[in-house]
Amino acid sequence: MLKITDLVKRYGSGDPVLKNLDLTIEGESVVSIIGSSGAGKSTLLRCINRLVEPTSGTVELNGTDLTRLRGKNLRAARRKIGMVFQGFNLVDRLTVMENVQSGRLGYISTWSAITRRYPKQDIRRAYELMERVGIAHYADTRADQLSGGERQRVGVVRALMQEPDILLADEPTASLDPKTSEQIMGLLRDLSRELKLPVLINIHNVNEAKEYTDRIVGMRYGRIIFDDKPDMLDPSAMEAIYAGSPHADRSGGPDDKAAAS
Amino acid sequence: MTAPRDTWAKPPFIANPVLRWAVYLGVIAYFGWVGLTMPIDWNRVAEGIGRAGKIFGGAFPPSFERSGLLIDGFLESLKIAVLATALGVFLSIPIAFMSAGNVAPKPVFYLGRAIIIIARSFHPVIVAILFVKAVGFGPFAGVLTLTVYSIGFVAKMLAERIEEIDFGQVEAMRAAGAPYFSTLSYAIFPQIMPRQIGLTIYQLDSNLRASAVVGIVGAGGIGATLANAFGRYDYDFALAITIVIVGVILFSEAVSGVIRKRIQ
Repeated sequence: MLKITDLVKRYGSGDPVLKNLDLTIEGESVVSIIGSSGAGKSTLLRCINRLVEPTSGTVELNGTDLTRLRGKNLRAARRKIGMVFQGFNLVDRLTVMENVQSGRLGYISTWSAITRRYPKQDIRRAYELMERVGIAHYADTRADQLSGGERQRVGVVRALMQEPDILLADEPTASLDPKTSEQIMGLLRDLSRELKLPVLINIHNVNEAKEYTDRIVGMRYGRIIFDDKPDMLDPSAMEAIYAGSPHADRSGGPDDKAAAS
Repeated sequence: MTAPRDTWAKPPFIANPVLRWAVYLGVIAYFGWVGLTMPIDWNRVAEGIGRAGKIFGGAFPPSFERSGLLIDGFLESLKIAVLATALGVFLSIPIAFMSAGNVAPKPVFYLGRAIIIIARSFHPVIVAILFVKAVGFGPFAGVLTLTVYSIGFVAKMLAERIEEIDFGQVEAMRAAGAPYFSTLSYAIFPQIMPRQIGLTIYQLDSNLRASAVVGIVGAGGIGATLANAFGRYDYDFALAITIVIVGVILFSEAVSGVIRKRIQ
């Protein structure tokens, strides 16, 4: 279970990007976060695995508060949080297998990592997962030879190699064409069911959010202003999430008050 | 409503007209002053031309009689260059990581930059003079000199490459809980590897050239042979050495160019 309480993130002395945000994710559900650019979706996701340092508040994963962890303990906690990125963030010059195994770097010794001596069960798991998403035949191919959809599959397998307790996906389909994008969303949903894994997805495409996820969280200007089943996302809710401009929000215009009330 | 303008001139190089003319006049005045105060003794230049003629006259035809000496000198230069490149590049890698602002903490970053600045601030000839004094005449002084020279160049260029990496890959490793050196090995090394190899080959080439120069001040190699030939007025042998140096450098440039083009 992921439990976020009173989370604040502020850059410098400006207005906070996340404002006293609360969010709980239970069970193996697929949750999407929607909202316009600058609403704080990406910051929220990165505060969970501390790629971004929260200013205050707590993030608890299965009872452990992640915000206080440092060094070794932080790395151990991050192993249990898989992440899929918008730009894939694969190591282009390494093979698909090396990229997939990089999800295990938190578990194996630096020496095994550098010499590429991976444990047998890791290699077996890698082949199983790659087989599952249809990229096993690329194991020895350099990652930059693959197409966008294939690259994102490598990204997903890498995250799953961590045997995570939760999977975060930061706009996983934004760099993909519509068809591939649907395939990846379908894959994330299916994997969530198969592996009993909660998945939290930032997404711009509202139709995909409605079709592939169990719950939609709408963010606007650092706050959650919608949190319900996809069916409940009616035009007025859409309006509240997307209307106006981020600039109007920042300058404290009427839009902000309307959205916050 | 006013009609649209139909003239446009590129904004001047320096916007402030007073500053602009001050800079122009200052540059002209400085060159005038330099031209008037530089001590050039035209009589001596005239005498020198005669002497230069004698040297070149003595140099033709080049003499390859003592080719054994020449080959020994060259092999020593090659040894110096290879050793200095290996040592310099080996030391450059950690220094480059120390000097890359995006991966090193601030104090380490300043230390790394300081090492690079010191290594770069002296011309190899000056470094060679110091090392010849410190460890005596011969190739060891040459190796030390060119090692310093290699660090100054390779570490700086590599640090700049590290600062340009796609940080998303590092982020992915961090998100997976990877420890520091595993992250370096997976997310950074693959990205800087082509530049690393290219720089090494370039530096080997460059060290071979520089080893001829530092030899003149006593740091061994073909430079020492050349300096001796000049000292004994063996201008024909000196010319032979010079021709071989030019030939070898052309050859090594061609080879290193081909290799660097093939790495991607």
